[in-house]
Amino acid sequence: MKPITDQRHIMLRVAEKQIESQEFATLFFNYALPFKPGQFIMVWIPDIDEKPYTISYHSKDRFAITIEAKGIFSQKAITLEKDDLVGIRGPFGNGFNIKSDDTVAVVAGGCGMAPLATLVEKLNKNTTFIHGAKSKEYILYPDRFDLDRLFCTDDGSFGRKGFVTELLENEIASGKSFDRVYTCGPEIMMYHIFNICEKHHIPCQVSLERYMRCGFGVCGACVCGKQVVCKDGPVFDSSALRGIKDFNTKALLKSGKDVNLAQYFSWRCK
Amino acid sequence: MTIQFLGKTLKNPMVLASGILGNSRDILERVHENGCGLVTMKSIGPEPRDGHKNPTVIDLGHGMINAVGLPSPGYLNMENEWEDLEKREFPLIASVYGGSVKEYRMVAEFVSSKNPDFIEINISCPNSEKHGMIFGINPQSSHDVVSAVKKVINVPLIVKLTPQAPDIGDVARACEDAGADAICAINTVGPGMVIDIESKMPVLAFKKGGLSGPMIKPVAVRCVFDIYKAVKIPIIGLGGITTGEDAIEMIMAGASLAGIGSAVRYRGIDVFQKVTREMEAWLSDHHYSHEDIIGAAHKEG
Repeated sequence: MKPITDQRHIMLRVAEKQIESQEFATLFFNYALPFKPGQFIMVWIPDIDEKPYTISYHSKDRFAITIEAKGIFSQKAITLEKDDLVGIRGPFGNGFNIKSDDTVAVVAGGCGMAPLATLVEKLNKNTTFIHGAKSKEYILYPDRFDLDRLFCTDDGSFGRKGFVTELLENEIASGKSFDRVYTCGPEIMMYHIFNICEKHHIPCQVSLERYMRCGFGVCGACVCGKQVVCKDGPVFDSSALRGIKDFNTKALLKSGKDVNLAQYFSWRCK
Repeated sequence: MTIQFLGKTLKNPMVLASGILGNSRDILERVHENGCGLVTMKSIGPEPRDGHKNPTVIDLGHGMINAVGLPSPGYLNMENEWEDLEKREFPLIASVYGGSVKEYRMVAEFVSSKNPDFIEINISCPNSEKHGMIFGINPQSSHDVVSAVKKVINVPLIVKLTPQAPDIGDVARACEDAGADAICAINTVGPGMVIDIESKMPVLAFKKGGLSGPMIKPVAVRCVFDIYKAVKIPIIGLGGITTGEDAIEMIMAGASLAGIGSAVRYRGIDVFQKVTREMEAWLSDHHYSHEDIIGAAHKEG
């Protein structure tokens, strides 16, 4: 099999499709992908489009991407079946900084669970794992990990009714101290998690999402403040986040127009 | 190595090519902080435009192919960006494109009122069916658009040319005659195409795209050489420059300034200071100044 590069795509066939819930499906590929949790690949469906995806399952000779059916591309991607052909290039971006002995918290929101899944599998048993979503159907991989998880949903249909921010505050209030907090989810959620971390002087790593084109830091589509999300990120630590004034405020549309996040996400989720 | 260019002082001869890293002040300021003497915004068009679907930019190793498709917020839809950019502390080229002489004039006149240091008109982008290309391949149409834009702007005018012109020297001369203050060359080469043989599909969503990076440098050097012979106005030479020696080569072909685009990919955002240092080292080793070598490859006879 050809080695994957950050240049032209290699073409892979879907080896297996796993339906996670009404909202999510996972596509597995039998391929040894060099990869670090938090990095991403560009996934091309010929004749449709190409989008960045995180790796949601990773082992020596197999990896997967998990898709939430939201837009034109993901609605097509979720209908792919075994043996369908997709192109991938990458991996791109920096990935999470992992120190295996640290006591950490992982805070996942909605499909933000996907990039954190391979991270969680590398963390020790002392990890505090908080996972929230709007409702039960949006809880990704409810039975997947060995670690205990604190669940919450906005409507109370799974786990506690409430937000991940409250669960993290509770853990800190109960006396837990963390060397680091990792988070991925809606940007406003990550922003609040970051602020909690700042208040308690806990280093935080956040995985940002922006519309992307090249994946390697040239085209400017994913610029956020002075950072190029695809190349300098997508994972940013507290010191970088303090300097990103567009964090939780602005993002670029496909045209390059800068808009507030509500406008950005209403476009992205179309 | 400060450089005088059309009445402005630049800290070095490095220019950020249009279309690299976008048009927000924050990121352009970072480029300047990383050693770029003069930064160019992504081309601004008459209407909001999303550009093409992905894949739009693919690295081929020896350079890139792209068909991003001239995405632009549209010139009337950039108030935040302009407000921010007017507070900048670095020299700026605003790049504009249009589909007709009237559109070029309209966009350039408006953009001129936002106080960029220079305006570049992109009469050469190959990535759109309607926009740009037709002007730059022909001396007469180039003359028409340049003279129309020149009348309505109050900053120096740079014209970005395409290597697809049958005689790029003729086009450059027509631009000079029409009042252009400088030439920028070259835009991407091509268009080219790459096909994925497993899916039997062109890889770019737009199918064809412009080539850039090291693979096009000889074309760029030849074009700049031809332009230097044809005109008196200064040239921004770009196309495949990755190292200080590449920049020296382009300057010897006739460029006053050396642009960088794709090399941001190959050497990082600080490529500008790297290339500047390499140029300075070469010049110092050879006891030359920057000015000494402009057009040095043009020997008499």
